[in-house]
Amino acid sequence: MTDPIKVFLVDDHGLFRAGVRAELERGAAGDPPLEIVGEAGSVDEAVAGIGHRKPDVVLLDVHMPDGGGAAVLARVRKTQPDVVFLALSVSDAAEDVIAVIRGGARGYVTKTISARELGDAVRRVRVGDAVFSPRLAGFVLDAFSDRPGAAPAVDPELDLLTKRERDVLRLLARGYAYKEIAGELFISVKTVETHVSSVLRKTQLSNRYELSRWASDRRLV
Amino acid sequence: MRPPTRAPLARRRSGRLVAGVAGGVADHLGVDVLWVRAAFVALAAVNGMGVIAYGLLWVFVRQESADVTREVSAKERQQAIGLAALGVGIGLVGAALQNQVIGWIVGPLGVAAVGAAVVWREADEAQRRRWTTGARTGILGGGRNAVLRLVAGGVFVAAGILVFLLGNLNLGQIQFGVLAVVATVVGIGVLTVPWWVRLARDFGEERRERIVTEERAEIAAHLHDSVLQTLALIQKQSHDPREVQRLARGQERELRHWLYGPQGYGRSTPALDESLATALQTTAAEVEDTYAITVNPVIVGDRPLDDSLRALVLASREAMVNAAKHAQVEEVSVYAEVEPDEVNVFVKDRGKGFDPEAVPGDRHGLADSVLGRMDRHGGTVRLRSTPGEGTEVHLAITLSQEEST
Repeated sequence: MTDPIKVFLVDDHGLFRAGVRAELERGAAGDPPLEIVGEAGSVDEAVAGIGHRKPDVVLLDVHMPDGGGAAVLARVRKTQPDVVFLALSVSDAAEDVIAVIRGGARGYVTKTISARELGDAVRRVRVGDAVFSPRLAGFVLDAFSDRPGAAPAVDPELDLLTKRERDVLRLLARGYAYKEIAGELFISVKTVETHVSSVLRKTQLSNRYELSRWASDRRLV
Repeated sequence: MRPPTRAPLARRRSGRLVAGVAGGVADHLGVDVLWVRAAFVALAAVNGMGVIAYGLLWVFVRQESADVTREVSAKERQQAIGLAALGVGIGLVGAALQNQVIGWIVGPLGVAAVGAAVVWREADEAQRRRWTTGARTGILGGGRNAVLRLVAGGVFVAAGILVFLLGNLNLGQIQFGVLAVVATVVGIGVLTVPWWVRLARDFGEERRERIVTEERAEIAAHLHDSVLQTLALIQKQSHDPREVQRLARGQERELRHWLYGPQGYGRSTPALDESLATALQTTAAEVEDTYAITVNPVIVGDRPLDDSLRALVLASREAMVNAAKHAQVEEVSVYAEVEPDEVNVFVKDRGKGFDPEAVPGDRHGLADSVLGRMDRHGGTVRLRSTPGEGTEVHLAITLSQEEST
């Protein structure tokens, strides 16, 4: 019997926190349980709360007063690098998505996600996977696409996607689940996960123009 | 008697003789105005310092804004006129006595200064009228007398400068030319100082206010037309969850488009007007609205619409409609990718699926709308459907070389 995953909620809307808490704690039959160890409504509260409660996963709202999710990411990751962040937002503007991913979040889901999917996403980031919504996959493909006139890659290791990674991302954008991608490409689910994690790393570290522009449009990096 | 708190320095608007400077200083210091005027006259004897100080205070101290009425007796007025004349006279004579050349320069320039004073006073008047009536009158807003005073002031300035220049003709032709230019510029500048200052200040303030007001009105109008109306509709339809979902989803999409969309509120650069991405998004939105499902379009890259891409959009629409009608799902995924030489669109659902071989002959949707359309434009359609797992329609169009950018 594994211990329940400890989850911390950060969102400035109390009503939304209450809703997520109820949904996650109810859970679905057969799924490993989640435990909400605390919640916070502001950046300072969140930093103090995460330091005190030591959660496994933090569900992080992107838009908050005094700096938003990116401020929490920046402050917590300095002292607790092993806490995993999953960003949650109503927005799916590229600026928001890319900014928190580059801030260190391992995934991004919109608030309209179902409770079941949110629970899955939390479990997946907990074990080190990245959570890519179809839209995030689209943004990343767009950022790494080779348009005529695009700046040449400075660091091929980080600035280019391999053909396989591109295939995986395309299927993600088409709405395929990991298992379906594995079946489609004749590879194992584990390999799909490896590719997605590698794409996440490149998205976070690459200096490609689109990525830095999206991130800096919100002045978050 | 000295007031407990010192009044801020502001020129008097009523009960003044020239510009209300002496009165303002007297109010500020809490002494009788006569003493202040006398002090200015005394200073005028020292190289004309009093006159210069008066002029500087006139330019840099604001007029008081409150409309205070002050009684000025005829005796005080006469005293003040006498003191003013005395001050200017002492200043001029003192300067003239000290040095013949300075006298020559100061004399005509003194006349020019008097002219400037008349014009400046008119500027003060115009501002007062603005305060009392709230009207945005221009510089010349005070009727015929005001114009006369302005012209007279201008003539004084011009005459003073002219005499000054004629008196200095012996300095040589080149110097004369330079002096003439400089003097003209200085004359015009001096005449219009108060208006420039005020004009710049008013213009900036008005512009800022207008922008803020317009912005607020636009946001309010938008929220009223969209969000408030939808909320009212949702309250009425609260018994029907499907309809509530449809309304909420439609409103969310519209607001999102307004905020982040191509011509969105928060965007600085507008996107292409008639592009594939816009057309696909609009199509997805229509299908969402009509069939009360969620369609999530993810689009990578973009290019302007042409005939074959229009056909592609229509075929995609047909595929979405089919999914909405027959798949019995809440959600349909749409993925479009624009590559340099081809465009791919995938429409996928996780619905009940069907056997492509067993489609009855009377269902023309897929055959005509999708296959026929794509065929005519040199595109291909691939269909994958498994009963119980869902359907995916893959539409591809190859772009001819002259079309691709």
